[in-house]
Amino acid sequence: MASQERINLLAPGHRACPGCGAAVALRQILRPLGRNTIAVSATGCVETFTSPYDQSSWEVPWMHSLFENSGAVASGVRAALDVQGEKDVNLVVISGDGGTFDIGMGALSGMLERKDNVTYICYDNEAYMNTGVQRSGSTPHAAATTTTPSGKKSYGKIEYKKDVPGIVWAHDAEYVATASIAYPQDLMRKVKKANEIYGPKYIQVHTPCCIGWGFDASKTIQVGKLAVETGLVPIYEMEKGQPVKVKKAAEKKPIEEYLKVQSRFKHLFKEQERDEVIKELQAICNANIEHFGI
Amino acid sequence: MSVSVMEGSMAVAEAIKVCRPKVISAFPISPQTHIVEELSKMVADGQLDAKYIRVDSEFSAASAVYGSSATGVRSYTASSSQGLLLMIEVLYAMAGTRLPVVLTGVNRTVSAPITIQPDHQDTMALRDTGVIQLHVENSQEAYATHIQAFKLAEDHDILLPVMVCMDGWILTHSYEPIKLEDQKLVDSFLPNFVPKYRLDPKNPLTYGAYADEQVQEFRLMQHFAMERAKSKIEVIANDYQKIFDQYYGGLIDEYKCDDAEVVLVAMGSVIGTFKDAVDTLRTEGVKVGIVKVRSYRPFPGEKIAQAVKNARVVAVMDKSMSVGQGGPLATDVKSAFANKEAPPVLSCIAGMGGRDVTIETVRKMVTKAQLALKTGKIPDIEYTDFRPEYLED
Repeated sequence: MASQERINLLAPGHRACPGCGAAVALRQILRPLGRNTIAVSATGCVETFTSPYDQSSWEVPWMHSLFENSGAVASGVRAALDVQGEKDVNLVVISGDGGTFDIGMGALSGMLERKDNVTYICYDNEAYMNTGVQRSGSTPHAAATTTTPSGKKSYGKIEYKKDVPGIVWAHDAEYVATASIAYPQDLMRKVKKANEIYGPKYIQVHTPCCIGWGFDASKTIQVGKLAVETGLVPIYEMEKGQPVKVKKAAEKKPIEEYLKVQSRFKHLFKEQERDEVIKELQAICNANIEHFGI
Repeated sequence: MSVSVMEGSMAVAEAIKVCRPKVISAFPISPQTHIVEELSKMVADGQLDAKYIRVDSEFSAASAVYGSSATGVRSYTASSSQGLLLMIEVLYAMAGTRLPVVLTGVNRTVSAPITIQPDHQDTMALRDTGVIQLHVENSQEAYATHIQAFKLAEDHDILLPVMVCMDGWILTHSYEPIKLEDQKLVDSFLPNFVPKYRLDPKNPLTYGAYADEQVQEFRLMQHFAMERAKSKIEVIANDYQKIFDQYYGGLIDEYKCDDAEVVLVAMGSVIGTFKDAVDTLRTEGVKVGIVKVRSYRPFPGEKIAQAVKNARVVAVMDKSMSVGQGGPLATDVKSAFANKEAPPVLSCIAGMGGRDVTIETVRKMVTKAQLALKTGKIPDIEYTDFRPEYLED
């Protein structure tokens, strides 16, 4: 990997916000894939900040078409590569949680069912960030977004985060993993591993968003680490339906440490009765710690 | 060359087979189903060497051929009605990305009320997508037009998706003798697809970029390609005739227009009925002719104006409605005639939701057109075969 680590297939000068977790993820994802790669993206932050017309940052062939179809587009790309005998080309989808958890779920499900040879990577910033921080199926319980604001009668998002890795695994995918930009070696290893497996692969990468979550742009990696160390965001691979190679946290941090550094949770600390919500979030972490063996 | 009696859907599948697409993706919807079933069988039997992608929706079908076309191979899909509507978002992007996909738009009306009966409401909703729309009169023309469609779409001066529109059931499920062309001859007319650009790691390009400043010019470039398609459609139809001895018109086709006082304008399978009606009316001394609009987008306004220059009145039949405006074809014809010396235009709505268009229907349109001439009053819209008993108070 030594030589690969020097490759940067995302040219500098793109328009990501300072401190963008997705931009960090993108560089890490592209390194192990190398130049013999085609990338397909859904509409979202990555599409917007990497592709302004005639200033594209992509040094591999890249295609965006719409928000909800990257799974199906990738199937078409793979089919065309196959019929032209170009089976050695790596094919990666890079879509956000909106394009994966919500609007693109049908197309992803179809791609998984067909067993198409695609590495589907979801960069998970836990809301529709590109349109101004609206909730998604990935937004954690109790987080405030612009469409789940806190208020007298609201403590933020009511629903829990969808278990998309579980949904993907239920399709009998060849490889399922979660990762975080806070652990780059782990992420790059998983991308490399997935790319070497034939069939549909899914990696969900936790990519903190300083604008949407409300923390200083210098703290992106620390916030990513806290998410893992509290147990809220488990990092694992799936084998035979069971999580394996789980990222352990020697010292489990209480959920308050993660919540307090982000303004999307600040409403939980303003009013006494919201202690219950914090307890509920701690219970989610505790359940993860037990289930995954964090 | 051989002639067999077959369903219209089979004629389309046979045409697609000799076009040798490398990727096909489709989701079933009536009345498109027999086409995609037959293509599945051709692939299963090894008669057609293509990858067939079974998908979860029409949205994914269009998306899959979007991906395959961008990766440099000839690609095909087909749909109807709600399915075409579900594809619309992809079709805009496909035209914007200049991908030469060919699709069959098997015409069926749109919900609500739900029915599987045909009219042109569905493909009209795709009117402004940037997809070329060619309407056919019968299954033999459908066969020919699909072969022509790939040649048109893949021309480097055009590079737009092409949709061949054919009336569901009326054409797809009726049997006709179909002349099937030899593969070698088709290969000489339609050589292998050579993409101008494609997704290729050896030459990394960005497709589907974000743009603000250049949007107007990108849309204009699609429009200019449509304008260039006007002459290409004519050239391709003529070349097809030279090789296969079959001609169905270029942008339009004319029937007995030269001395006609009343010219009927329509698209699709009604043209056959119109021809019978015109022949009957002419035995009664009524000078009637027909302009068949073969290319709806690009719209051949100049050609139509030229074809009706000697007529005293034009009656346009629409099998769909732009609710709140009227018949889309009539609207386009009127727009083409604006600022020109041209006959008055009567807009007739008929045949919606599969209601039969008979010789009597055509006779009513002609009578109304003659009456309009006599009184000098042209109604905004003539609702032909309208049944007031179905109206709710």
